[in-house]
Amino acid sequence: MTTDSSRASWRVIDIIIASVLGVACGLIFWLWNSIGYAWFTAMDALTPGFGGLAVGIWLIGGVIGGLVIRKPGAALFVELLAAIVSALLGNQWGIETMYSGLAQGLGAELVFAAFGYRRFTLPVAMLAGVGAAVGAFILELFTSANLAKSLTFNSIYLTCLVISGAILAGLLGHWLVRALAATGALDRFAAGRKRV
Amino acid sequence: MAPLVEARGLGWRHASRIHPALTGIDLIVQRGERILLTGDSGAGKSTLLAALAGLLGDEEDGDQAGTLTVRGTVGMVLQDPDSQVISSRIGDDVAFGCENLRVPRDEIWPRVRRALNLVGLDLPLDHPTRYLSGGQKQRLALAGVIAMGAELILLDEPTANLDPAGQTEIVEAVEAVVAETGAALIVVEHRPHLWRAMMDRFLRLESGTTGTAGTAGGSGGGGSARLVETTADDLPSLPVLPAAPGVPAGTRSLVEARELQTIWGPPRTLDLPAGCSTVLTGPNGAGKSTLALTLAGLLPPEGGRLHYAEDLRQGLRKAPHAWTSRQLADRIGYVFQDPEHQFVARTVGEEMAVSGGDPDRIDELMTRLRLAHLAEANPFTLSGGEKRRLSVATALVNAPTLVVLDEPTFGQDPGTFTELVGLVRQLTADGVTVLSITHDEAYRHALGDHEVVIR
Amino acid sequence: MNLLRDINPVTRILGLILLTTPLLLSVDVVSAGVALAFTVLVAPFCGVSWGRLLRRGWPILLAAPLAAIPMALYGRPEGETYAQFLFAHVTDNSLQLAAAIFVRVLAVGLPVIVLSADVDPTDLGDGLAQVLRLPERFVLGAVAAARLVSLFRDDLDSMRRARRARGIADQGRIRYFLTLAFGLLVLSLRRGAKLATAMEARSFNRVAEHGRTWARESSLSARDWIVMAVCLVVSVASIGIAVAVGSFRFLGVA
Repeated sequence: MTTDSSRASWRVIDIIIASVLGVACGLIFWLWNSIGYAWFTAMDALTPGFGGLAVGIWLIGGVIGGLVIRKPGAALFVELLAAIVSALLGNQWGIETMYSGLAQGLGAELVFAAFGYRRFTLPVAMLAGVGAAVGAFILELFTSANLAKSLTFNSIYLTCLVISGAILAGLLGHWLVRALAATGALDRFAAGRKRV
Repeated sequence: MAPLVEARGLGWRHASRIHPALTGIDLIVQRGERILLTGDSGAGKSTLLAALAGLLGDEEDGDQAGTLTVRGTVGMVLQDPDSQVISSRIGDDVAFGCENLRVPRDEIWPRVRRALNLVGLDLPLDHPTRYLSGGQKQRLALAGVIAMGAELILLDEPTANLDPAGQTEIVEAVEAVVAETGAALIVVEHRPHLWRAMMDRFLRLESGTTGTAGTAGGSGGGGSARLVETTADDLPSLPVLPAAPGVPAGTRSLVEARELQTIWGPPRTLDLPAGCSTVLTGPNGAGKSTLALTLAGLLPPEGGRLHYAEDLRQGLRKAPHAWTSRQLADRIGYVFQDPEHQFVARTVGEEMAVSGGDPDRIDELMTRLRLAHLAEANPFTLSGGEKRRLSVATALVNAPTLVVLDEPTFGQDPGTFTELVGLVRQLTADGVTVLSITHDEAYRHALGDHEVVIR
Repeated sequence: MNLLRDINPVTRILGLILLTTPLLLSVDVVSAGVALAFTVLVAPFCGVSWGRLLRRGWPILLAAPLAAIPMALYGRPEGETYAQFLFAHVTDNSLQLAAAIFVRVLAVGLPVIVLSADVDPTDLGDGLAQVLRLPERFVLGAVAAARLVSLFRDDLDSMRRARRARGIADQGRIRYFLTLAFGLLVLSLRRGAKLATAMEARSFNRVAEHGRTWARESSLSARDWIVMAVCLVVSVASIGIAVAVGSFRFLGVA
C-alpha cells in the first residue's frame, strides 16, 4: 500500500519519461506544423478567431504528461519542454514560447490538481485540455495583444480554443494514452496497469 | 573476507506480470571473480543483473523474495549503445556517475582521464558523443562505470548491437579494465566464445518451462529459473548451417545498377540475380542502408542508371521512387532494422490486413510464420523474435518480387537467427529475390549466394 | 568583436526576458521602435551582422505581418472606418495597433537571434541547476532527453519510409499523422525506459537522497550582470520614452 507522500514524489523513471514525452510531443507539434501550417496560418490571420480550432494539438503535452505520470508538476513540465523543443526545431524559439508552455501547462496542471491527482478519466482529460486552452487564451491577451482586439474576436477565439482543447488535446490525449497502455509501454506506471 | 555478492533464495516478480521472473536464486560472487552467464531468452538474466545493480525499483514495481547483499559499488553496461549516452561530450558523460556519487570536483577529472585511458578512448574530453561508433559508445559507458569506482561490473549483452570491429573493441577494453582495477565481472552473452578466455566461472540460467505463446506478459510462461554451474566446454555454440549454394550459371539480373549515385557515397555498380539471396556487406557508415533504400525505391537516386526487370516492374514505366505507395508495396518489400518502426495497427491481425492483401494469403503467411495464435495480440507486446517475424510477414503480404532486409539478425538471439535463415531460403526457393544488409558472418556464410561489398 | 562571448547560457535567457517582457506592457510604435533600434544597432557588436540578422530572422519577419493583419481586421473599432465586412472593421485604431504590433513582434523576436548561440545542452543544464537553482533531477532529465531529438528524427524518417514501403502512405494526411505520432510516442517510451535504466546504473537514483556535485562550475561574472542590467535598462527606457512622448498604450487598450 503506497503512502500519499511516495505517490507524490517523483522516481527517476517518472522524471526521465516525462522528459522524453516532452521531447516527443515537441516533435509531434513540429510535425503538425509542417503538415498543416499553411492552412492554419491562413485561417488564423484572416478569420475572426477560427484559427483557434487547430490549436488543440499544441496543448496535448500537458494532458499526456498528467495522464501518464500522475504526479504534481507533470503536466506543466511536459508541456513546457514540448513547447521549447518544437520551437527550437522550427528555428522559432523565443521568450513567448516559454511563456506559452508555462501558461498552457499550468492550465492543465490546475485541472489535475483540482481533482487531487487522483482522477484521470476522459472528462478530466478533456477538462485539462480546456484548462490548457484557457491558459493559452489568457496569455495571448498580453503577448498577441488580443486584449486590444474586438470583443467578437475574443469570444469566437476563446470558444474555438476551448473546443479544440477539449477535443484535440483532451479527447485525443486520453485516447493516445489508452492506446499506449495497450502496447505495454506504460507498465511501470499506474496508467498502464489499472483501468481508471 | 566477506563475498562481494550474496544472494539467497532471491526472487522477483514484476508488478505487471503474473509469474515471477526469478525464484530461489542462490549466488555468491567473490571479489575479483569473473563470471559468464548464459541462458535462454526470457529466462531472467537481465532481471538478475538488474537486481544485482539495485535497479529493480521499489514496491510499486514488483515483489522481491529472499535476500540480496551487495558489498560494493556496482556499475552496469547495457545492450543498446545509443540509449546509454547521457551527455553530448565524452568527458561529461564519464563524469556523470562521479557527480551523482558526490565525488569532489577536483577528483572527478583525474578519474575521467584514467577511465578513458583504460578503455582505450584516446580522444579529447570535449569530443562529441554523437560522432562515436557503436563500439566506442559501449567503451564510453564502461569508462563511466569505472570512473565511479565500480567493484562489480555487469555487462548485459554488450556485443548484441555491435559490428565485428566493435565487438572486439569492447572485449579488449573489458579485459584491460578488469586486469587493472581488479573488479569482479559478470557478463551475460549470446556470443560466449568472445569471452571464454578471460572467465573463471560459467553459469547458466535455465527457465523452468519453455516459453509459451506471447500474451500481454510476453513469452516465457511460469516456472522458476535455476542457476546452474557449468563449464567452459558446455557453452552454447553457434548454429552450424549449410553454406550458401551460390548463383547458378546464366541467372538473369532482376535489378541492375550502373554507376548509381545515391545521396551518400561513391557511384555503385551491382547486379541482383533473380531468385537468389544477395548479401550487402561493408563497414559501418559506408552507405549500405542508403544503397538498399535507393534500390527499393524509398530514396531517389541522384544519378547513374538503375534498371529493373519486367517481372519486377509489372507494367510500370517510371522509376520506383516515383511509384505510389501501393504500387511499391506490391512489388518490393522492405523489412526495417527496427520492427517497431513498421507497426501501425492495434492487433497482429489488423497489422497484416492494413495494406489490403488477399485474406487467404494473409492466413497462409501467418501460419507459416507461426503468428496465427497471436492474431489478437498487440504488436508491441510481442517478443523480439515474434516482432521480427511479424515485420517480415507484413513485407510479404502483397507478394513482392524483391524483398530487402536491413540487418535482420541485429540484436537477435541464436534461435531467431536459425529461423530467419530458413525463412529466407524458403523465399528464394519460391522464386523471390532477396537482398540482405548484414555484418553477421554466419548469415553471410549461409545466405551469401551473391555478395556485394561496399567501401 | 563579440560583447556576448563567454557569458553564461543562463544570462542569455535572463537577458532575453529582461529585454522583451516589459515591452509587452504596451502596444505602441515608440516603445517597440526604441527597443528594436537598440537591438539592430548593437547586433554587429555581439557577433551578429545585419546580413545574418536578416537571414536568421526570416521567421520573425514573416510573423510580423501575420500578427499585424488580424489586428488590422479585428482590433477594437475606434475612429474612422476604412473598410468593413462580416466581423472585420478596419479603423484608425486598428491600423495604429497593427503598425505597433508589427514593430513589437520584431522588437521581441530579433533579440533572440542576437542572444542565441550554439549552446551545449550540458552547459545550459549546469547553468539552470547551479545558477538558477532549478530542481537538479528535472534539469538533468531534460538535458539527457534533449539529446534524443536527433535519434527521434531518424526514427521518424524510418517510420515514414516504412509506411511508404507497406503501401499505406497514400492515405489521408490526418490518419498518417496520427500513426506517426503514436509510433513516435511508443518509441519515446522505450528509449526513455532504457535511458532511465542507464542513468540509474550511474547512481542517478541516489541524487534524490543526498544531492550531487558538479564537474563543471557554472557561475555569473561581472560581464553577465552588465549584460542583464543593460537589457533591463533598455526595455524600461523604451517604455519610459513612450510614456514621456504620450504614445504609451497599456496593453493596447488605454
